[in-house]
Amino acid sequence: MNDESYRIFPLGDAALTVDFGNAISVALNDRAIALAEHLTTHPFPGFIECVPAYSSVSIFYDVAIASKGLPKEATVFGSVSNLVKKALISAGNTSTTSSRHLEIPMRFDRESAMDLEFVAAEKNMSASDVIDIFTASEYRVFMLGFLPGFSYMGELDERLSIQRKDIPRTRVPAGSIAIAGRQAGIYSLASPGGWQIIGRTDLDLFDPEKDEPCRLRAGDLVRFIAVK
Amino acid sequence: MNRAGCEPVIWYGLSQLSKMGLIVKKPGILSTVQDLGRYGYRRFGINPTGVMDQAATRLLNILVGNADNDPVLEMHFPAPEIVFDSDCVLALGGADFSASIDGIPVENWRSYFAHAGSTLRFDKKMLGNRCYLAVNGGLKVDEWLGSASTNLTAARGGIEGRRLEQGDVIGTAPLPSSNIFAGRRVSHSLIPLYRPFPTVRIVPGAEFDMLDSPDLDLLENQDFLVSNNSNRMGFRLAGPAITPIRRQEMISSAVNFGTIQLLPDGQLIVLMAGHQTTGGYPRIAHVISRDLPLIAQLGAGDKVAFFLVDRSHAEKLLLEFEHELNLLRISAGYRTRPAR
Repeated sequence: MNDESYRIFPLGDAALTVDFGNAISVALNDRAIALAEHLTTHPFPGFIECVPAYSSVSIFYDVAIASKGLPKEATVFGSVSNLVKKALISAGNTSTTSSRHLEIPMRFDRESAMDLEFVAAEKNMSASDVIDIFTASEYRVFMLGFLPGFSYMGELDERLSIQRKDIPRTRVPAGSIAIAGRQAGIYSLASPGGWQIIGRTDLDLFDPEKDEPCRLRAGDLVRFIAVK
Repeated sequence: MNRAGCEPVIWYGLSQLSKMGLIVKKPGILSTVQDLGRYGYRRFGINPTGVMDQAATRLLNILVGNADNDPVLEMHFPAPEIVFDSDCVLALGGADFSASIDGIPVENWRSYFAHAGSTLRFDKKMLGNRCYLAVNGGLKVDEWLGSASTNLTAARGGIEGRRLEQGDVIGTAPLPSSNIFAGRRVSHSLIPLYRPFPTVRIVPGAEFDMLDSPDLDLLENQDFLVSNNSNRMGFRLAGPAITPIRRQEMISSAVNFGTIQLLPDGQLIVLMAGHQTTGGYPRIAHVISRDLPLIAQLGAGDKVAFFLVDRSHAEKLLLEFEHELNLLRISAGYRTRPAR
């Protein structure tokens, strides 16, 4: 792992981000998840939490505790950066836990799939073509963000690549499955949203009563199963 | 010094302990129970939430003998009307909403003893936008994932995951007989210098180098107005459009409380305590931790200016405040050691 393969920058004065490159790729996402797992299982003094994203990991720390517990550098950011550089070597390029394969039942009824007809018309195909293409792929959960349990998944078949709505909906129902660009996502909770909604699942993606309230994790592999 | 409302502690005996809490007579426009935040779940998209003004919360909690992280009530104006169902020791701080208990003025940053049955009211917004109520023993509310903070999106934490409603009863702890936390105050040097037009210090963000020197000049020398479209998630600022030399398509990554993002229209948004976990706009700068309370007390119509400092200075200021809090905590502990 050479030094040019990542960049570390501060995210304010009590957090930093390790950036592996501004791209959506499984290899970069693997590195992010591996580092996040390593840091979570080997927390350093002052470590609060970390957030793996598409191709980065952000690390949040308590400056006062880290300044006492870590080898001194000119700044605490420097001390944490040094530690993270070592962690990158230990973490390696791929996660130690293997990806889970999950199936998500999906309805395409007119009321749920609010933008299915629009997407089909834009792409000069029938609604059932859209459904066939969408359900043919396996999707990787690259990251969770935006909402509790909202999953950013990819990569969407290029034939379905479509821009966001010009004016976001003020309320997208929970369970809505949507696409934007080369991404797919599931609205785990009702929320405003601008992605094109092509179906819905009745599965609870977010259950606040569980210890791990979100059904999906970064690194999971997901298939959508069409149901009536 | 107005000592009204500050009285010796009187112990009423166990019969008073059966029904304890704060009774919400009027809920106010947006009142929620918060602590310092819910950590460890950002990677699932669950943001920390927590109080907007951490300095005020920690100072008030220490003042009334609590742990820094004990749950407090965060109130906006119009603020609630609250009846104390049992004797308690309380302190207010952050914004000044001209508070009174049974008509007797209550100052910010002082701890008071309130008799069972007395009523706390707020008459007028004097300074700031978020007032905090800390009660000795902390507020006893629903925890979710290790925190009492209200997460309105997930509808969890605090009082049923929602803002206060009329008739709510917020649980409080029994007041210990040896309670000597009333009648104390926070020294002025520790109170943030709140004002409606603060200069807050910032450190460069990851995409800071998108800005050319005219942009930088705008960022450092112009005033930015806090727009109406501002809330606990973020403050949208209105100011001169910043037009970076290059545009960059960005993929989403984590953001932070205090992150200043540059929107496609050249305007800025400062992410606040209720921000989403991730974002895809350029992060041109971050408000330093020490100055977050100053911006956290702003509301629509207020202004802010930015001043760039380096990272080591930001860390130094943060550590300095932690040190001051430690001293306050030690002195509080010394003076309040229970007599045995």
